[in-house]
Amino acid sequence: MNEIKPTRTIGVPQPLVDGPEKVSGKALYSADFLPNNCLVGRIFRSPVAHAEIIRLDISAAEALPGVRGIITGEDCDEPYGVLPIARFEYPMARDKVRYRGEPLACVAAVDVETAQKALDLIKFEYRELPAYFTSSDAMSEDAIDLHDHRPGNIEREVDYEIGDVDSALKDADMVLEETYNCPEICQVQTEPHAAIAEYDAERDYMTVRASTQVPFYVHIMLAKTLKMDQSQIRVIKPHIGGGFGCRTECLNVELMCALVARKAKGTVRLVVSREETFITHRGRPETDVKMKIGVKKDGTITAVDFQVIQRGGGYSGYGVVTILYAGSLVFGVYNFENARYKGLRVLTNTPPPGAMRGHGTVGVRYAFEALIDEISHRLKMDPIEFRRRNFLSAPTFTANDLMINSYGLPECLDWVEKESDWKTKKGNLGPYRGIGVAASHYLSGASKSVNWTGEPHATIHLKLDWDASITLLTGAPEIGQGSTTVITQCVAEVLGLDMTRIQSVTSDSKVTPKDNGAYSSRITFMVGNAAINAANNLKQVLIEAAARKLDCKPEDVECLGEVYRAASQDEGMTFEEVVLAALEGSGTITVKGNYDTIPESHGTKKYRGGAIGGSMAYAYSAQVVEVTVDPETAQVTVDKVWVAQDVGKALNPLSCEGQIQGSVWMGMGQAISEETVYHKGLGISGSMLDYRVPSFIESPPIEVGIIESIDPHGPFGAKEAGETSLSSFIPALTNAVADAVGVRPIDLPVTPDKLMELIEKRESGQKAAIK
Amino acid sequence: MSKKNHKTLLHCTVNGREHDDVVDDNTLLVDYLRESLGLTGTKIGCDGGECGCCTVLVDGQPRHACLTLAATCTDKDIVTIEALEVQGRLSALQRGFHEKLGAQCGFCTPGMIMAAEGLLRENPDPSEEDIRQGLAANICRCTGYVKIIESVQYAAAELKRTGKEVAA
Ligand code: FES
Ligand code: FES
Repeated sequence: MNEIKPTRTIGVPQPLVDGPEKVSGKALYSADFLPNNCLVGRIFRSPVAHAEIIRLDISAAEALPGVRGIITGEDCDEPYGVLPIARFEYPMARDKVRYRGEPLACVAAVDVETAQKALDLIKFEYRELPAYFTSSDAMSEDAIDLHDHRPGNIEREVDYEIGDVDSALKDADMVLEETYNCPEICQVQTEPHAAIAEYDAERDYMTVRASTQVPFYVHIMLAKTLKMDQSQIRVIKPHIGGGFGCRTECLNVELMCALVARKAKGTVRLVVSREETFITHRGRPETDVKMKIGVKKDGTITAVDFQVIQRGGGYSGYGVVTILYAGSLVFGVYNFENARYKGLRVLTNTPPPGAMRGHGTVGVRYAFEALIDEISHRLKMDPIEFRRRNFLSAPTFTANDLMINSYGLPECLDWVEKESDWKTKKGNLGPYRGIGVAASHYLSGASKSVNWTGEPHATIHLKLDWDASITLLTGAPEIGQGSTTVITQCVAEVLGLDMTRIQSVTSDSKVTPKDNGAYSSRITFMVGNAAINAANNLKQVLIEAAARKLDCKPEDVECLGEVYRAASQDEGMTFEEVVLAALEGSGTITVKGNYDTIPESHGTKKYRGGAIGGSMAYAYSAQVVEVTVDPETAQVTVDKVWVAQDVGKALNPLSCEGQIQGSVWMGMGQAISEETVYHKGLGISGSMLDYRVPSFIESPPIEVGIIESIDPHGPFGAKEAGETSLSSFIPALTNAVADAVGVRPIDLPVTPDKLMELIEKRESGQKAAIK
Repeated sequence: MSKKNHKTLLHCTVNGREHDDVVDDNTLLVDYLRESLGLTGTKIGCDGGECGCCTVLVDGQPRHACLTLAATCTDKDIVTIEALEVQGRLSALQRGFHEKLGAQCGFCTPGMIMAAEGLLRENPDPSEEDIRQGLAANICRCTGYVKIIESVQYAAAELKRTGKEVAA
C-alpha cells in the first residue's frame, strides 16, 4: 500500500493558477468588456499647465447627436485622494487647472468619432497663471501658490534628528558628501488605464470594473464622489496588466467613468491612451538627494546627514508618505545610530507622481550606496568588506525603531560575491569594463494602513461545500504578481491538499472580503498569514467532524490531506467523507482567517510621521552588475547581473525569481534610460518610443540566488519578493561604470551623452594635470 | 449618426474561419478583431506601433494589428492567440509561457506569443540571440524578459522532442 502523505506545495515552483487564461488570450482585462449598447468615454484635458478656469462651455458638444452625457467639474464637488489628510483633487478640475492634461470634462457618446467630435466642440476659457515645472521654481520667493492651503508650494516638510549627528560627524575619520539627481520616471505597465461603469438607474446602483490595485479604495472614492451609499456600489477587479504602484490609489479614470455613466444613465467604457496613461502618471517623483556620510578608518558608519527634495506635481497623492519613506528607510540596511533628515515635498505644475515600486526608497538608497562605494574606494577597502563592517544583527530594532527579526543580507552578499567571481573581477576586467555591487531592503507590507479602521489587516474566507471543493475568497488584488497563487498555496499546504481542490474568487466587493490592496508588498505577508489562519480554522472543523465519525478525540485525528484517520493502522476517512460529516447539521461551511500586525512593528514615535516605514519584516537584496562601456559612444551595456534576495522563505520559488528579475530590470530602466520629460508642462515622452523602456536587446541575463532567513512572523517564514531588488540595481550600475571608466556618474539616467561629458571632463583634467 | 466613411467589403480568414464583413476604410485590424469579432485576446498597449501587444500573424508573418488597416487584409489569413490551442490544450509555446512564468500580468503575452510563433515557424531552433532579435518589437514590463526567453526555448525543445510543427 502506498504511504499516504499530505501534499506539499510550499517551496515548490508553481506556475500561476491563472496562467492558462493569460497564455490563451481568455483572460479579460478591463478594456476587454465590450457589452452591447456600451457608450464610449473620452476625456477633455487642459491645454495649459496652470490657469484659472473662466468658463467651460459644453453646450455645443451636448447638442451633438449621439452624445449621451457630458460631465465637468460642476458635476462633482467632492475631492478624492488616498490620504485622508490630503484630499484636494477633484475628478475634473473645478477652479483651476494645475497641470497640463488635467481632466476638465468627460463625454459619453455612442461611438469614438462622436465622442471625439464632442471634445472638439468644448470651449475652454481660462486665465493663464505662472507655472512651475521644477521644485526650485515652485519654491522661489515670488512664486504664487498652487493651493491656498499649501503656502510656498510645500506639500510637506519632514525633519528628524536621531542621535547626535554633528558630534558623530566630528568623530568620523572621513566625511563625504554628494548631491544626486534622480529624474521622474513612470511605471509604463503594459495595460493602459481602463474602466467600465454600468449604472442601473432603476435601482440607483453602480457596478465598476477598473484596472486598479486597490478596488477597496476605489469603492470608497466612488461612494464619496458620486455621493452614493457605499452599499449601492460594486467594484470588480478583472485581470490587470501590471501596476507597479500607479494604481495604488483611486484614479480619476474610474471616477469619471462612473460619473459620466450615471449622467448618461447607461454603461460607459473609458479606455485611455498610452499618452493619457503617462499624464495620469503616479510614477516616481523627481528626487534630489543630498547625502553626507561619516565613517571611521575601519569603515564603520558614524552618521548620516541627508536631504531630499521631491517634485510632487499638482496634487498631494501619496506625497506625504513618499517623503516620509525616503527618510525612515535610510535605516534598516546597515547599523548606525545617528541620522538627520530633512525632506521637502514640493507642489509643481506637472502630473502628480505616486507610489512606484520601491516607494520612497529608491533615490535615497541609490545615493547611499553610491556614496559608500566612493568611501570604500578612498579607504582602499573592498566595497563588500565595507558593507560587512556595518551589518546589523537580528533580532534588533534600528535607531528609528524598525523591527528586524530576520536579516539575510550577509548571505546575499556572500552569494553574489561568489557567483559573480567578484574577487577575481574587481579592478581586473580591463579598460571600459567594470563591476559594481550594492545592497537594499524593502518592507513586507506597511504595518499601519492609511485608512485605519480597527479591522484586521487582512481577512480570508474559505467556503467548503458538499462537492468537497474549497472556494478561496480573497479581496487581495491579483495584478500579475502571483498573489492568488501564493494564497492558494498557503491554504493547500496547511490542509495537505493538492492546489486543484482550491478555486479562488478574487476582488469582487459584493462577494470577497475587503482587502486593502496590492501595495507596499503586503499581500504575501499579511494575506498569506490570514490564509494560514483560515486554513487552520477549517482544518479544525474537519478534524472535529472526523473525530465524531471515527469515535476518537480530535487531538488523536491525523490529517493526511486526502485522508483523515484515528491511528496509523486505521483505514480512515477520505476527504470527501470528512467534508460530508462536517456539513451534517451545519450545511455549507464558511470559515475565515485574519491577520493583524503587532504594535512593535508600528515604527517610531521619535518624530511626526514615524509610523511610515514600520513593517513586520524587511527583505534584503544584494547585487553585482557587470558592464561594458563603449569607448566611442559611452553607451553602457549591462553584461550580466547576479542578484540574491532574502525572501524569508520562497513560498513559490518560480514567482520569487520572476519578481526579482522584474524588479532588477525595472531598476535598470531607471538607471540607464528612463525619464519623463516635459516642455513647459507638456509631456514630450508620452509614448513607449520616447520613454525608453529597455527592450529585449539591451536586457541582460539576470541570475537569481534565493536566500531564506525564515522570518519568525512571516507566513512559513516568508517576506516580500517583488520590490527589494529594484533600488540596489541603480548604484550597482553606477559603481560598475566607475570601475570601468574611472569617473562616477552621479545624475540619472546614465545616458551616453551624460557619461561622455564626464569622461571628456576627466580626460581634459588629466591632460591639464600633465601639462 | 450618419457615417460618411468609405467602406470596403473585407473577405479574410481569421483563425481558420472565413469572414465577409463591411468595414470602414479607416478601421484598424486590431479594432476589427476585438470589437467586430470579439477576439479580445489581442491587446492594445499603446497609441500605435510602440509595444507589440497587438501582434498577430498575417499570412504567417507577425504584424502589429494596430498599424494594419483591416481593409488591407482582403484575402489574407489572420491568426490570433485564440487559435493556438490544440484541441483545447495549450500549445507548446503557451505551455512554455505558463510553466516557465513567461507571463506575469499576461498583458504583453498574447502579442509576445504570436511574435514567438512567427519566429519558431521560420526558425524552429533559435539561439538566444535569435529570440532576442525576433521579439525585439515586443515590450514586457513585468519579467525583465529572462523567463520569456526560457519559455520560448522550452517550446522549441518541446517541438523538437515531439517532432511537431509550431502550427500543428
Ligand atoms: S498596440 Fe502597441 S504596437 Fe500595437
Ligand atoms: S507579463 Fe506583464 S507586461 Fe509582460
